[in-house]
Amino acid sequence: MESEIRKKIIGIIERDARLNAGEIAAMLGLDAEETASEIRAMEKEGIICGYHAFVNWDKTDDDKISALIELKVTPQRGNGFDRIAEKIYQYPEVESLYLMSGGYDFTVILKRATMKEIAAFVSSKLAVIDEVQSTATHIVLVRYKDHGTSFIEPRRDMRMVVTP
Amino acid sequence: MKDFICSRIKKIKPSGIRRLFDIANEIPDVISLGVGEPDFDTPWHVREEGIYALQKGRTFYTSNSGLPELREEICKNVKRKYGLYYDSNNEAVVTIGGSEAIDIALRALIDPGDEIVYPEPCFVSYQPCILLSDGVPVPIELNAETEFRLTPEKLERAITEKTKALLISYPSNPTGAIMEREDLEKIAEVVRRHDIMVISDEIYSELSYKGPHVSIANMPGMQERTILINGFSKAYAMTGWRLGYALAPAHIMEYMLKIHQFAIMSAPTVSQYAAVSALRDGDKDIEVMKESYDQRRRFLMEAFREMGLPCFEPYGAFYVFPDISEFGMSSEEFCTALLKAENVAVVPGSAFGECGDRHVRISYAYSIDTLKEAMKRLGRFVQELRERPRQ
Repeated sequence: MESEIRKKIIGIIERDARLNAGEIAAMLGLDAEETASEIRAMEKEGIICGYHAFVNWDKTDDDKISALIELKVTPQRGNGFDRIAEKIYQYPEVESLYLMSGGYDFTVILKRATMKEIAAFVSSKLAVIDEVQSTATHIVLVRYKDHGTSFIEPRRDMRMVVTP
Repeated sequence: MKDFICSRIKKIKPSGIRRLFDIANEIPDVISLGVGEPDFDTPWHVREEGIYALQKGRTFYTSNSGLPELREEICKNVKRKYGLYYDSNNEAVVTIGGSEAIDIALRALIDPGDEIVYPEPCFVSYQPCILLSDGVPVPIELNAETEFRLTPEKLERAITEKTKALLISYPSNPTGAIMEREDLEKIAEVVRRHDIMVISDEIYSELSYKGPHVSIANMPGMQERTILINGFSKAYAMTGWRLGYALAPAHIMEYMLKIHQFAIMSAPTVSQYAAVSALRDGDKDIEVMKESYDQRRRFLMEAFREMGLPCFEPYGAFYVFPDISEFGMSSEEFCTALLKAENVAVVPGSAFGECGDRHVRISYAYSIDTLKEAMKRLGRFVQELRERPRQ
Protein backbone atom coordinates (compact mmCIF):
# COMPACT_ATOMS: atom_id res chain seq x y z
CA MET A 1 0.00 0.00 0.00
CA GLU A 2 2.78 2.36 0.97
CA SER A 3 4.59 1.68 -2.30
CA GLU A 4 1.36 2.53 -4.20
CA ILE A 5 1.36 5.97 -2.61
CA ARG A 6 5.02 6.41 -3.37
CA LYS A 7 4.48 5.47 -7.01
CA LYS A 8 1.74 8.05 -7.28
CA ILE A 9 3.86 10.76 -5.69
CA ILE A 10 6.80 9.98 -7.96
CA GLY A 11 4.48 9.90 -10.98
CA ILE A 12 3.49 13.49 -10.25
CA ILE A 13 6.96 14.82 -9.30
CA GLU A 14 8.55 13.26 -12.34
CA ARG A 15 6.28 15.28 -14.58
CA ASP A 16 6.41 18.52 -12.59
CA ALA A 17 9.07 18.92 -9.89
CA ARG A 18 7.85 22.40 -8.99
CA LEU A 19 4.70 21.16 -7.28
CA ASN A 20 5.10 21.36 -3.52
CA ALA A 21 4.13 18.67 -1.05
CA GLY A 22 0.85 20.43 -0.21
CA GLU A 23 -0.20 20.57 -3.84
CA ILE A 24 0.76 16.96 -4.45
CA ALA A 25 -1.14 15.92 -1.33
CA ALA A 26 -4.24 17.76 -2.59
CA MET A 27 -3.99 16.07 -6.00
CA LEU A 28 -3.78 12.62 -4.44
CA GLY A 29 -6.18 13.20 -1.56
CA LEU A 30 -3.40 12.62 1.00
CA ASP A 31 -2.32 14.37 4.16
CA ALA A 32 0.16 17.19 3.43
CA GLU A 33 2.45 16.32 6.37
CA GLU A 34 2.54 12.65 5.42
CA THR A 35 3.27 13.47 1.79
CA ALA A 36 6.14 15.78 2.74
CA SER A 37 7.76 13.15 4.95
CA GLU A 38 7.32 10.50 2.26
CA ILE A 39 9.11 12.76 -0.23
CA ARG A 40 11.94 13.40 2.25
CA ALA A 41 12.28 9.66 2.83
CA MET A 42 12.49 8.99 -0.90
CA GLU A 43 15.16 11.67 -1.27
CA LYS A 44 17.17 10.01 1.52
CA GLU A 45 16.79 6.56 0.00
CA GLY A 46 17.99 7.83 -3.36
CA ILE A 47 14.66 7.14 -5.08
CA ILE A 48 14.28 10.81 -5.89
CA CYS A 49 17.77 11.79 -7.06
CA GLY A 50 17.32 15.44 -7.95
CA TYR A 51 15.11 18.17 -9.32
CA HIS A 52 16.40 19.52 -12.60
CA ALA A 53 15.17 21.88 -15.25
CA PHE A 54 14.66 20.29 -18.64
CA VAL A 55 16.39 22.44 -21.26
CA ASN A 56 16.28 22.42 -25.02
CA TRP A 57 19.80 23.70 -25.75
CA ASP A 58 19.10 23.65 -29.47
CA LYS A 59 16.98 26.75 -28.94
CA THR A 60 19.88 28.67 -27.43
CA ASP A 61 22.92 29.99 -29.32
CA ASP A 62 24.97 27.18 -27.81
CA ASP A 63 26.45 25.20 -30.70
CA LYS A 64 27.84 22.26 -28.78
CA ILE A 65 26.78 18.76 -29.76
CA SER A 66 25.91 15.44 -28.18
CA ALA A 67 27.50 12.09 -28.89
CA LEU A 68 26.50 8.51 -28.24
CA ILE A 69 29.42 6.11 -27.99
CA GLU A 70 29.10 2.34 -28.24
CA LEU A 71 31.74 0.56 -26.24
CA LYS A 72 32.86 -3.06 -26.35
CA VAL A 73 34.85 -4.16 -23.32
CA THR A 74 36.37 -7.26 -21.73
CA PRO A 75 34.70 -7.85 -18.37
CA GLN A 76 37.07 -8.21 -15.43
CA ARG A 77 37.28 -11.28 -13.25
CA GLY A 78 35.53 -10.74 -9.93
CA ASN A 79 33.66 -7.50 -10.50
CA GLY A 80 32.44 -7.89 -14.08
CA PHE A 81 31.47 -4.58 -15.63
CA ASP A 82 31.15 -2.45 -12.51
CA ARG A 83 34.78 -1.48 -12.13
CA ILE A 84 35.00 -0.49 -15.81
CA ALA A 85 31.78 1.45 -15.52
CA GLU A 86 33.20 3.41 -12.62
CA LYS A 87 36.28 4.32 -14.61
CA ILE A 88 33.97 5.82 -17.20
CA TYR A 89 31.21 7.50 -15.23
CA GLN A 90 33.61 9.34 -12.97
CA TYR A 91 34.40 11.66 -15.88
CA PRO A 92 32.19 14.73 -15.51
CA GLU A 93 31.67 14.99 -19.28
CA VAL A 94 29.74 11.69 -19.23
CA GLU A 95 26.05 12.56 -19.12
CA SER A 96 24.73 8.99 -19.04
CA LEU A 97 26.18 5.51 -18.95
CA TYR A 98 24.23 2.32 -19.54
CA LEU A 99 25.23 -1.33 -19.62
CA MET A 100 23.49 -2.86 -22.62
CA SER A 101 22.37 -6.22 -23.87
CA GLY A 102 23.04 -6.97 -27.53
CA GLY A 103 25.91 -6.19 -29.87
CA TYR A 104 28.00 -4.05 -27.54
CA ASP A 105 28.41 -3.48 -23.81
CA PHE A 106 28.18 0.19 -22.81
CA THR A 107 26.36 3.22 -24.14
CA VAL A 108 28.18 6.41 -23.16
CA ILE A 109 26.38 9.69 -23.77
CA LEU A 110 28.28 12.95 -23.90
CA LYS A 111 26.20 16.09 -23.87
CA ARG A 112 27.10 19.61 -24.88
CA ALA A 113 30.65 19.14 -26.05
CA THR A 114 32.58 20.37 -29.07
CA MET A 115 33.76 18.00 -31.77
CA LYS A 116 37.31 18.45 -30.47
CA GLU A 117 36.33 17.61 -26.91
CA ILE A 118 34.52 14.48 -28.04
CA ALA A 119 37.48 13.35 -30.13
CA ALA A 120 39.85 13.95 -27.25
CA PHE A 121 37.62 12.16 -24.77
CA VAL A 122 37.25 9.07 -26.97
CA SER A 123 40.87 8.78 -27.99
CA SER A 124 42.67 9.77 -24.81
CA LYS A 125 40.23 8.74 -22.10
CA LEU A 126 37.97 5.92 -23.30
CA ALA A 127 40.09 4.05 -25.82
CA VAL A 128 43.06 3.85 -23.48
CA ILE A 129 41.19 1.96 -20.77
CA ASP A 130 42.74 -1.53 -20.77
CA GLU A 131 39.46 -3.42 -20.98
CA VAL A 132 38.03 -1.40 -23.87
CA GLN A 133 38.15 -3.39 -27.09
CA SER A 134 36.49 -0.94 -29.46
CA THR A 135 34.49 2.29 -29.64
CA ALA A 136 31.97 3.59 -32.18
CA THR A 137 31.02 7.25 -31.88
CA HIS A 138 27.70 8.59 -33.18
CA ILE A 139 26.82 12.26 -33.29
CA VAL A 140 23.25 13.39 -32.52
CA LEU A 141 21.96 15.44 -35.43
CA VAL A 142 18.46 16.39 -34.28
CA ARG A 143 16.76 15.82 -30.95
CA TYR A 144 13.09 15.24 -31.75
CA LYS A 145 11.97 14.14 -28.34
CA ASP A 146 13.58 13.85 -24.93
CA HIS A 147 12.18 13.01 -21.50
CA GLY A 148 8.79 12.38 -23.07
CA THR A 149 8.66 15.90 -24.48
CA SER A 150 8.59 16.73 -28.16
CA PHE A 151 11.14 19.38 -29.16
CA ILE A 152 9.80 20.06 -32.57
CA GLU A 153 6.53 21.83 -32.04
CA PRO A 154 5.43 23.20 -28.68
CA ARG A 155 1.98 22.00 -27.79
CA ARG A 156 -0.63 24.68 -28.26
CA ASP A 157 -4.18 24.71 -26.91
CA MET A 158 -6.30 24.79 -30.03
CA ARG A 159 -9.65 24.61 -28.27
CA MET A 160 -12.09 27.49 -28.30
CA VAL A 161 -12.15 29.60 -25.13
CA VAL A 162 -15.65 28.59 -24.12
CA THR A 163 -17.62 25.58 -25.37
CA PRO A 164 -20.66 23.66 -24.08
CA MET B 1 -40.06 40.36 -47.92
CA LYS B 2 -42.07 38.37 -45.43
CA ASP B 3 -40.50 36.47 -42.58
CA PHE B 4 -39.85 32.93 -43.69
CA ILE B 5 -38.38 31.58 -40.47
CA CYS B 6 -40.56 29.09 -38.63
CA SER B 7 -41.91 29.94 -35.22
CA ARG B 8 -40.51 26.78 -33.68
CA ILE B 9 -36.90 27.88 -34.02
CA LYS B 10 -37.70 31.43 -32.93
CA LYS B 11 -38.90 30.11 -29.58
CA ILE B 12 -35.44 28.76 -28.89
CA LYS B 13 -33.09 31.10 -27.06
CA PRO B 14 -29.49 31.32 -28.23
CA SER B 15 -26.99 29.52 -26.03
CA GLY B 16 -25.98 31.49 -22.94
CA ILE B 17 -22.40 30.38 -23.40
CA ARG B 18 -22.13 32.28 -26.64
CA ARG B 19 -22.34 35.71 -25.00
CA LEU B 20 -19.50 35.01 -22.64
CA PHE B 21 -17.46 33.51 -25.42
CA ASP B 22 -17.73 36.73 -27.40
CA ILE B 23 -16.39 38.77 -24.48
CA ALA B 24 -13.66 36.26 -23.63
CA ASN B 25 -12.57 36.17 -27.24
CA GLU B 26 -11.71 39.87 -27.11
CA ILE B 27 -9.33 39.49 -24.17
CA PRO B 28 -5.79 38.46 -24.99
CA ASP B 29 -4.07 35.97 -22.63
CA VAL B 30 -7.33 35.00 -21.02
CA ILE B 31 -7.09 31.93 -18.81
CA SER B 32 -10.05 29.88 -19.85
CA LEU B 33 -11.64 27.21 -17.71
CA GLY B 34 -14.66 27.34 -19.96
CA VAL B 35 -14.02 24.45 -22.25
CA GLY B 36 -16.14 21.30 -22.34
CA GLU B 37 -13.66 19.08 -24.12
CA PRO B 38 -10.56 17.13 -23.08
CA ASP B 39 -7.19 18.87 -23.18
CA PHE B 40 -5.47 15.66 -24.29
CA ASP B 41 -4.68 14.93 -27.90
CA THR B 42 -6.44 11.96 -29.45
CA PRO B 43 -4.14 8.98 -28.70
CA TRP B 44 -1.61 8.53 -31.50
CA HIS B 45 -2.64 4.97 -32.37
CA VAL B 46 -6.15 6.26 -33.02
CA ARG B 47 -4.95 9.13 -35.20
CA GLU B 48 -2.60 6.75 -36.99
CA GLU B 49 -5.56 4.49 -37.79
CA GLY B 50 -7.43 7.48 -39.23
CA ILE B 51 -4.44 8.38 -41.39
CA TYR B 52 -4.19 4.77 -42.56
CA ALA B 53 -7.88 4.76 -43.49
CA LEU B 54 -7.29 7.85 -45.63
CA GLN B 55 -4.21 6.30 -47.25
CA LYS B 56 -6.20 3.20 -48.08
CA GLY B 57 -8.88 5.34 -49.69
CA ARG B 58 -11.56 4.42 -47.16
CA THR B 59 -13.49 7.51 -48.02
CA PHE B 60 -16.88 6.13 -49.04
CA TYR B 61 -20.14 5.96 -47.09
CA THR B 62 -20.44 3.16 -44.60
CA SER B 63 -23.71 1.33 -44.03
CA ASN B 64 -26.33 3.64 -42.51
CA SER B 65 -26.00 2.24 -39.05
CA GLY B 66 -22.20 2.39 -39.20
CA LEU B 67 -19.21 0.22 -39.96
CA PRO B 68 -20.11 -3.36 -38.93
CA GLU B 69 -16.79 -3.92 -37.14
CA LEU B 70 -17.22 -0.69 -35.19
CA ARG B 71 -20.74 -1.67 -34.13
CA GLU B 72 -19.38 -5.02 -33.02
CA GLU B 73 -16.64 -3.36 -30.99
CA ILE B 74 -19.16 -0.98 -29.45
CA CYS B 75 -21.40 -3.85 -28.36
CA LYS B 76 -18.43 -5.85 -27.03
CA ASN B 77 -17.25 -2.83 -25.11
CA VAL B 78 -20.63 -2.12 -23.54
CA LYS B 79 -20.94 -5.77 -22.57
CA ARG B 80 -17.47 -5.86 -21.07
CA LYS B 81 -17.80 -2.60 -19.16
CA TYR B 82 -21.45 -2.37 -18.17
CA GLY B 83 -22.65 -5.96 -18.56
CA LEU B 84 -25.22 -5.02 -21.20
CA TYR B 85 -25.91 -7.16 -24.24
CA TYR B 86 -26.91 -5.48 -27.52
CA ASP B 87 -27.10 -7.02 -30.99
CA SER B 88 -24.71 -5.11 -33.22
CA ASN B 89 -26.87 -5.91 -36.26
CA ASN B 90 -30.06 -4.19 -35.29
CA GLU B 91 -29.65 -2.47 -31.92
CA ALA B 92 -26.79 -0.08 -32.60
CA VAL B 93 -26.28 3.05 -34.68
CA VAL B 94 -23.10 5.08 -35.07
CA THR B 95 -23.93 8.79 -34.99
CA ILE B 96 -22.30 12.16 -35.45
CA GLY B 97 -21.32 12.64 -31.85
CA GLY B 98 -23.58 11.95 -28.89
CA SER B 99 -25.45 15.09 -29.99
CA GLU B 100 -27.00 13.48 -33.05
CA ALA B 101 -27.93 10.44 -30.99
CA ILE B 102 -29.84 12.69 -28.57
CA ASP B 103 -31.63 14.35 -31.46
CA ILE B 104 -32.72 11.17 -33.23
CA ALA B 105 -33.75 9.54 -29.95
CA LEU B 106 -36.01 12.50 -29.14
CA ARG B 107 -37.38 12.70 -32.66
CA ALA B 108 -38.18 8.99 -32.67
CA LEU B 109 -40.20 9.30 -29.46
CA ILE B 110 -41.92 12.67 -29.46
CA ASP B 111 -45.38 13.35 -30.83
CA PRO B 112 -46.36 17.03 -30.69
CA GLY B 113 -47.25 17.91 -27.10
CA ASP B 114 -45.44 14.96 -25.51
CA GLU B 115 -43.59 15.91 -22.39
CA ILE B 116 -39.95 15.06 -21.81
CA VAL B 117 -38.78 15.38 -18.23
CA TYR B 118 -35.12 16.05 -17.56
CA PRO B 119 -33.02 17.22 -14.64
CA GLU B 120 -31.56 20.72 -14.71
CA PRO B 121 -28.84 22.07 -14.73
CA CYS B 122 -28.02 20.06 -17.83
CA PHE B 123 -26.26 20.07 -21.16
CA VAL B 124 -27.37 23.03 -23.27
CA SER B 125 -28.84 21.00 -26.14
CA TYR B 126 -31.60 19.07 -24.39
CA GLN B 127 -34.26 21.74 -24.21
CA PRO B 128 -33.74 23.02 -27.80
CA CYS B 129 -33.77 19.47 -29.19
CA ILE B 130 -37.05 18.73 -27.39
CA LEU B 131 -38.56 21.95 -28.75
CA LEU B 132 -37.38 21.15 -32.29
CA SER B 133 -39.42 17.94 -32.10
CA ASP B 134 -42.47 19.88 -30.90
CA GLY B 135 -42.14 18.26 -27.51
CA VAL B 136 -42.72 20.01 -24.21
CA PRO B 137 -39.59 20.37 -22.07
CA VAL B 138 -40.29 19.72 -18.39
CA PRO B 139 -37.16 20.53 -16.40
CA ILE B 140 -36.72 19.09 -12.92
CA GLU B 141 -34.76 21.53 -10.80
CA LEU B 142 -31.94 19.94 -8.87
CA ASN B 143 -29.64 21.44 -6.31
CA ALA B 144 -26.46 20.81 -4.36
CA GLU B 145 -28.44 19.50 -1.35
CA THR B 146 -28.99 16.22 -3.21
CA GLU B 147 -25.59 16.55 -4.91
CA PHE B 148 -27.52 17.21 -8.12
CA ARG B 149 -28.76 13.63 -8.18
CA LEU B 150 -32.28 13.01 -9.43
CA THR B 151 -34.54 11.77 -6.63
CA PRO B 152 -37.63 9.58 -7.15
CA GLU B 153 -39.79 12.19 -5.36
CA LYS B 154 -38.77 14.96 -7.73
CA LEU B 155 -39.24 12.71 -10.75
CA GLU B 156 -42.66 11.60 -9.52
CA ARG B 157 -43.81 15.20 -9.16
CA ALA B 158 -42.77 16.03 -12.74
CA ILE B 159 -44.49 13.10 -14.44
CA THR B 160 -47.96 13.65 -15.96
CA GLU B 161 -50.14 11.66 -18.35
CA LYS B 162 -48.35 13.32 -21.23
CA THR B 163 -44.87 12.30 -20.15
CA LYS B 164 -43.17 10.23 -22.83
CA ALA B 165 -39.65 9.94 -21.53
CA LEU B 166 -37.08 10.87 -18.94
CA LEU B 167 -33.83 12.26 -20.33
CA ILE B 168 -30.88 11.93 -17.97
CA SER B 169 -27.14 12.38 -18.22
CA TYR B 170 -24.82 11.05 -15.53
CA PRO B 171 -21.95 11.74 -14.96
CA SER B 172 -23.29 15.22 -15.52
CA ASN B 173 -22.21 18.21 -17.51
CA PRO B 174 -22.20 20.86 -15.93
CA THR B 175 -22.37 19.64 -12.33
CA GLY B 176 -20.01 16.64 -12.33
CA ALA B 177 -22.68 14.74 -10.36
CA ILE B 178 -23.01 10.98 -10.63
CA MET B 179 -25.82 8.54 -9.86
CA GLU B 180 -24.95 5.33 -8.06
CA ARG B 181 -26.74 2.01 -8.28
CA GLU B 182 -29.08 2.72 -5.31
CA ASP B 183 -30.07 6.07 -6.83
CA LEU B 184 -30.78 4.52 -10.21
CA GLU B 185 -32.78 1.65 -8.76
CA LYS B 186 -35.24 4.11 -7.24
CA ILE B 187 -35.54 6.08 -10.46
CA ALA B 188 -36.04 2.89 -12.47
CA GLU B 189 -38.92 1.89 -10.21
CA VAL B 190 -40.76 5.15 -10.92
CA VAL B 191 -40.04 4.89 -14.65
CA ARG B 192 -41.43 1.35 -14.88
CA ARG B 193 -44.50 2.17 -12.81
CA HIS B 194 -45.40 5.11 -15.05
CA ASP B 195 -44.46 3.19 -18.19
CA ILE B 196 -42.24 5.86 -19.71
CA MET B 197 -39.00 5.64 -21.71
CA VAL B 198 -35.53 6.72 -20.66
CA ILE B 199 -32.95 8.41 -22.84
CA SER B 200 -29.68 8.03 -20.98
CA ASP B 201 -26.81 10.18 -22.23
CA GLU B 202 -23.74 8.52 -20.73
CA ILE B 203 -21.09 10.38 -22.69
CA TYR B 204 -18.96 10.87 -19.54
CA SER B 205 -19.29 7.27 -18.37
CA GLU B 206 -15.54 6.61 -18.47
CA LEU B 207 -14.86 9.60 -16.25
CA SER B 208 -16.35 8.36 -13.01
CA TYR B 209 -14.07 8.65 -9.98
CA LYS B 210 -16.05 6.82 -7.33
CA GLY B 211 -16.13 3.26 -8.56
CA PRO B 212 -17.18 2.09 -12.01
CA HIS B 213 -20.04 3.80 -13.84
CA VAL B 214 -23.46 2.15 -13.63
CA SER B 215 -25.99 2.50 -16.45
CA ILE B 216 -29.70 2.82 -15.79
CA ALA B 217 -30.17 0.25 -18.60
CA ASN B 218 -28.64 -2.20 -16.16
CA MET B 219 -31.57 -1.99 -13.71
CA PRO B 220 -34.12 -4.82 -13.91
CA GLY B 221 -36.57 -4.39 -16.77
CA MET B 222 -34.90 -1.21 -17.94
CA GLN B 223 -32.94 -2.15 -21.03
CA GLU B 224 -36.18 -2.61 -22.99
CA ARG B 225 -37.21 0.97 -22.20
CA THR B 226 -33.85 2.70 -22.44
CA ILE B 227 -32.08 4.41 -25.30
CA LEU B 228 -28.43 4.40 -24.30
CA ILE B 229 -26.21 7.12 -25.73
CA ASN B 230 -22.46 7.31 -25.59
CA GLY B 231 -19.55 8.37 -27.76
CA PHE B 232 -15.86 8.82 -28.27
CA SER B 233 -15.41 12.54 -27.59
CA LYS B 234 -14.82 12.54 -23.85
CA ALA B 235 -13.44 9.05 -23.21
CA TYR B 236 -10.87 9.08 -26.00
CA ALA B 237 -10.37 12.84 -26.47
CA MET B 238 -11.97 12.68 -29.93
CA THR B 239 -14.33 15.67 -29.94
CA GLY B 240 -13.46 16.88 -33.43
CA TRP B 241 -13.91 13.44 -34.97
CA ARG B 242 -17.65 13.82 -34.31
CA LEU B 243 -18.50 10.27 -33.40
CA GLY B 244 -20.99 8.79 -30.98
CA TYR B 245 -23.52 6.01 -30.86
CA ALA B 246 -26.93 4.96 -29.60
CA LEU B 247 -28.04 1.53 -28.42
CA ALA B 248 -31.68 0.59 -28.09
CA PRO B 249 -34.04 -2.37 -28.46
CA ALA B 250 -34.48 -3.32 -32.12
CA HIS B 251 -38.11 -2.13 -32.39
CA ILE B 252 -37.02 1.37 -31.32
CA MET B 253 -33.69 1.42 -33.14
CA GLU B 254 -35.56 0.70 -36.37
CA TYR B 255 -37.14 4.15 -36.22
CA MET B 256 -34.11 6.03 -34.97
CA LEU B 257 -32.20 4.54 -37.87
CA LYS B 258 -34.84 5.82 -40.26
CA ILE B 259 -34.22 9.40 -39.12
CA HIS B 260 -30.45 8.95 -39.17
CA GLN B 261 -30.64 7.40 -42.62
CA PHE B 262 -32.53 10.27 -44.20
CA ALA B 263 -30.98 13.16 -42.30
CA ILE B 264 -27.37 12.04 -42.02
CA MET B 265 -26.80 8.99 -44.26
CA SER B 266 -23.84 7.72 -42.25
CA ALA B 267 -21.23 8.95 -39.77
CA PRO B 268 -17.80 10.02 -41.07
CA THR B 269 -15.98 6.94 -42.41
CA VAL B 270 -12.43 7.89 -41.40
CA SER B 271 -13.57 8.60 -37.85
CA GLN B 272 -15.26 5.21 -37.69
CA TYR B 273 -12.09 3.35 -38.64
CA ALA B 274 -10.12 5.32 -36.06
CA ALA B 275 -12.75 4.58 -33.41
CA VAL B 276 -12.30 0.83 -33.89
CA SER B 277 -8.71 1.26 -32.74
CA ALA B 278 -9.85 3.40 -29.80
CA LEU B 279 -12.17 0.66 -28.56
CA ARG B 280 -9.71 -2.18 -29.15
CA ASP B 281 -6.59 -0.62 -27.66
CA GLY B 282 -7.75 2.44 -25.75
CA ASP B 283 -8.19 1.17 -22.19
CA LYS B 284 -4.73 2.33 -21.18
CA ASP B 285 -5.32 5.79 -22.67
CA ILE B 286 -8.52 6.17 -20.68
CA GLU B 287 -6.75 5.09 -17.51
CA VAL B 288 -4.00 7.70 -17.90
CA MET B 289 -6.40 10.55 -18.69
CA LYS B 290 -8.81 9.60 -15.93
CA GLU B 291 -6.05 9.53 -13.33
CA SER B 292 -4.94 12.95 -14.42
CA TYR B 293 -8.49 14.41 -14.29
CA ASP B 294 -8.98 12.93 -10.87
CA GLN B 295 -5.82 14.62 -9.55
CA ARG B 296 -6.96 17.97 -10.90
CA ARG B 297 -10.44 17.46 -9.47
CA ARG B 298 -9.00 16.94 -5.99
CA PHE B 299 -6.68 19.88 -6.47
CA LEU B 300 -9.61 22.20 -7.26
CA MET B 301 -11.70 20.92 -4.36
CA GLU B 302 -8.79 21.71 -2.03
CA ALA B 303 -8.43 25.16 -3.58
CA PHE B 304 -12.16 25.85 -2.98
CA ARG B 305 -11.86 24.68 0.62
CA GLU B 306 -8.99 27.11 1.11
CA MET B 307 -10.87 30.06 -0.36
CA GLY B 308 -14.03 29.05 1.47
CA LEU B 309 -16.11 28.59 -1.66
CA PRO B 310 -18.81 25.98 -1.04
CA CYS B 311 -18.81 23.14 -3.53
CA PHE B 312 -20.33 19.65 -3.26
CA GLU B 313 -17.83 16.99 -4.23
CA PRO B 314 -18.44 15.95 -7.83
CA TYR B 315 -17.36 12.45 -8.79
CA GLY B 316 -17.71 12.53 -12.54
CA ALA B 317 -16.97 14.23 -15.87
CA PHE B 318 -14.40 17.05 -15.71
CA TYR B 319 -16.39 19.83 -14.10
CA VAL B 320 -16.79 21.33 -10.67
CA PHE B 321 -19.81 23.46 -9.88
CA PRO B 322 -19.04 25.76 -6.94
CA ASP B 323 -21.74 27.84 -5.23
CA ILE B 324 -21.29 31.60 -5.70
CA SER B 325 -24.60 32.72 -4.18
CA GLU B 326 -22.92 34.44 -1.19
CA PHE B 327 -21.87 37.33 -3.45
CA GLY B 328 -25.42 38.32 -4.32
CA MET B 329 -24.72 38.36 -8.04
CA SER B 330 -26.24 36.37 -10.85
CA SER B 331 -23.89 33.75 -12.24
CA GLU B 332 -23.55 35.73 -15.43
CA GLU B 333 -22.64 38.90 -13.51
CA PHE B 334 -20.11 36.92 -11.52
CA CYS B 335 -18.51 35.42 -14.63
CA THR B 336 -18.38 38.74 -16.45
CA ALA B 337 -16.81 40.46 -13.43
CA LEU B 338 -14.28 37.65 -12.99
CA LEU B 339 -13.37 37.85 -16.65
CA LYS B 340 -12.87 41.59 -16.48
CA ALA B 341 -11.01 41.67 -13.17
CA GLU B 342 -8.80 38.62 -13.50
CA ASN B 343 -8.98 37.48 -17.14
CA VAL B 344 -10.38 34.12 -16.11
CA ALA B 345 -13.24 32.63 -18.11
CA VAL B 346 -15.67 30.24 -16.45
CA VAL B 347 -19.23 29.48 -17.51
CA PRO B 348 -22.29 30.87 -15.68
CA GLY B 349 -24.44 28.13 -14.19
CA SER B 350 -27.54 29.77 -15.66
CA ALA B 351 -26.39 28.67 -19.12
CA PHE B 352 -27.44 25.17 -18.07
CA GLY B 353 -30.86 26.07 -16.69
CA GLU B 354 -32.20 28.79 -14.41
CA CYS B 355 -31.66 26.72 -11.28
CA GLY B 356 -27.95 26.72 -12.03
CA ASP B 357 -27.76 30.46 -11.37
CA ARG B 358 -26.23 30.02 -7.90
CA HIS B 359 -23.24 28.30 -9.47
CA VAL B 360 -20.49 28.57 -12.05
CA ARG B 361 -19.07 25.71 -14.07
CA ILE B 362 -15.33 25.27 -13.94
CA SER B 363 -13.75 22.76 -16.27
CA TYR B 364 -10.61 20.95 -15.21
CA ALA B 365 -9.68 19.81 -18.68
CA TYR B 366 -6.57 21.94 -18.19
CA SER B 367 -3.02 21.40 -16.98
CA ILE B 368 -2.29 21.71 -13.26
CA ASP B 369 -0.15 24.74 -14.11
CA THR B 370 -3.12 26.52 -15.64
CA LEU B 371 -5.42 25.48 -12.81
CA LYS B 372 -2.91 26.72 -10.21
CA GLU B 373 -2.75 30.17 -11.75
CA ALA B 374 -6.51 30.29 -12.27
CA MET B 375 -7.21 29.36 -8.64
CA LYS B 376 -4.81 32.05 -7.45
CA ARG B 377 -6.75 34.60 -9.46
CA LEU B 378 -10.16 33.26 -8.47
CA GLY B 379 -9.10 33.30 -4.81
CA ARG B 380 -8.02 36.93 -5.09
CA PHE B 381 -11.27 37.85 -6.86
CA VAL B 382 -13.42 36.13 -4.25
CA GLN B 383 -11.47 37.83 -1.46
CA GLU B 384 -11.98 41.25 -3.02
CA LEU B 385 -15.70 40.65 -3.41
CA ARG B 386 -15.95 39.72 0.26
CA GLU B 387 -14.07 42.81 1.39
CA ARG B 388 -16.02 45.15 -0.86
CA PRO B 389 -18.74 47.04 1.03
CA ARG B 390 -22.19 45.76 0.11
CA GLN B 391 -24.36 48.20 -1.84
